[in-house]
Amino acid sequence: MVELAAVTKRYGSAVAVDAISLKIKAGSYCCLLGPSGCGKTSTLRMIAGHEDVTDGDIVVGHRVVNDDPPARRGTAMMFQSYALFPHLSVAENVAFSLRMKGVDRNNRRARADEMLKLVSMEDYADRSPNQLSGGQQQRVALARALMTEPSVLLLDEPLSALDPFLRVRMRSELRRIQAELGITFIHVTHSQEEAMALADLVVVMKDGRIAQSGPPREIYNAPRNRFVAQFMGGHNIIEDSGRTIAVRADELEVRPADAPGGGHSAVVREVEYRGPDVRLSLETEAGEALTAVMGERAFFDGRITPGARVCVGWRPDAVHALAQDA
Amino acid sequence: MTHAADTDAAVRTGRTAARGRRKGRRRGSAIAPYLQAAPMALVFLIFFVLPLAATVLVSFWQYTQYSIEPAFTAQNYGDVFYGCLRDLPNLCTTFRTYLSTLKFGLIVWAATLVIGFTIAYFLAFHVRTLKVQVILFIICTIPFWTSIVIRMISWIPLLGRNGLVNQTLLFMGAIDTPLEGLLYSDFAVILAMVHLYTLFMVVPIFNSLMRIDRALIEAARDAGATGFQTLAFVILPLAKPGILIGSIFVVTVVMGDFLTIGIMGGQQIASVGKVIQTQMQFLQFPLAAANAVILLVAVLGGVWALLRLVDIRKEL
Repeated sequence: MVELAAVTKRYGSAVAVDAISLKIKAGSYCCLLGPSGCGKTSTLRMIAGHEDVTDGDIVVGHRVVNDDPPARRGTAMMFQSYALFPHLSVAENVAFSLRMKGVDRNNRRARADEMLKLVSMEDYADRSPNQLSGGQQQRVALARALMTEPSVLLLDEPLSALDPFLRVRMRSELRRIQAELGITFIHVTHSQEEAMALADLVVVMKDGRIAQSGPPREIYNAPRNRFVAQFMGGHNIIEDSGRTIAVRADELEVRPADAPGGGHSAVVREVEYRGPDVRLSLETEAGEALTAVMGERAFFDGRITPGARVCVGWRPDAVHALAQDA
Repeated sequence: MTHAADTDAAVRTGRTAARGRRKGRRRGSAIAPYLQAAPMALVFLIFFVLPLAATVLVSFWQYTQYSIEPAFTAQNYGDVFYGCLRDLPNLCTTFRTYLSTLKFGLIVWAATLVIGFTIAYFLAFHVRTLKVQVILFIICTIPFWTSIVIRMISWIPLLGRNGLVNQTLLFMGAIDTPLEGLLYSDFAVILAMVHLYTLFMVVPIFNSLMRIDRALIEAARDAGATGFQTLAFVILPLAKPGILIGSIFVVTVVMGDFLTIGIMGGQQIASVGKVIQTQMQFLQFPLAAANAVILLVAVLGGVWALLRLVDIRKEL
């Protein structure tokens, strides 16, 4: 279990992390999500012990670890740049922590091979890191971090340097390894897609505070405020009779203007074909921009073209009221 | 699918651009790079390679007390090592001189390495802003602002028999009679050299250290490395190219030195450079040339050995 109690980080007078409190259950996959500068990386680095805590407590397991060095916290970090030692081979990189502990060469090699097998890199043990592709380096970095048998693995934007195709593949790989080892993963990302795909617990951060935390489905379907709704994407934020509501883009019903059913009148500004669905940019009479996503078939069955006048409506249960922004 | 298509398009435009560049180079400016390199190459050729070749040539010439004759002989090399094999295990003058020079080389190398690495480490890891780094660097270059003679002279009031150091020690009661060995001694020579040449170590090592990704140090700490282990297993191996370049600078400069050893040693300490200078004063140019060639071979041998230790092309 990892628990943050009013954890604060100040750099001089600038507050990077502002009294964050959070509980992460053992064995869960947690994503810290937010735009750059929201304090997510500082939070991760404080848990790792690479950044001092200005105020508050960090608990890993049942121990306050504020003053422990990184290696004694039961955490391991996987760095954004992978931080593989360029002068050591892949196997030596993976076994680095064992070498520091004074484990003999044969044992080190055996354990390194075991770890490399877990990330399917056993054939590359004697290569040098700069002979590997980004994805392969990442696997080695993962193996190296897992070598210390951490109870919590901390991942700093692990997928951001990979191409989109590889990113999706590594995503399922991370999920598989996490399930296999049963340890807690805390993963920093700015991609809401990544967070939703991976996490049991998504923590959306903004300006050093937690904007909302919860299971991905809860966050996506019931964003607390405008920021979360916007950041998670796929939502239309509408001012409706004095309150702010969010309606998912795929819950908007777009019909030709003359079809029965009523609703807000709007003009189609843009149509984007995306394969399984079609994304419509609409403009209401009030000048509000809306986005609707409709199934490919439904779109091509209708008579909606750019510039067409349409009617936009939504079911009452699709409406989610947002709290005013803090 | 769209993604793949995008990539294809990107690759295609990339290729077209590359083709355009290649064509441009072929059209007119193929010799431009050579022209850019030419001035330095010419200077190097005329003022370094030619004299060096002349030196090697002259080292095989004959000479009398008043003339040099362009006739081939290996006699000069024989003269340099005259009696050296016969006298073994006692060392002949030449061997002793080389050994003494080598001793200075090793001591100065070790001292500049330790001090230089420490300074470079401080500059690279503890000084956070570029501005302060630059200022501290400029301070390191202060010894180079004055001429060698002034620098040497200014040691006298500090280290002389009645100099500051002796006066202070006497005053403190640490010694009863002034120390004689401070000036005009091995110690003085080493001090002067270390104080000057440490910068040659600082610059390349600093450069190497600055290129170390700071995340590597955190990764080492994360893996449980102590500060000393991080230094030994991560920082030192990655600083190797800088250490090597600095070592080559220092060793070659010290091995060929005659001015510092002459002045700071009170003209009492033998060095290969000093021997060569003396022989030139007596117009024994072929003999001096032979000595110079031997020194050159010795130093190049040392550099070659250092390069064997680190594959510098791979590391740069």
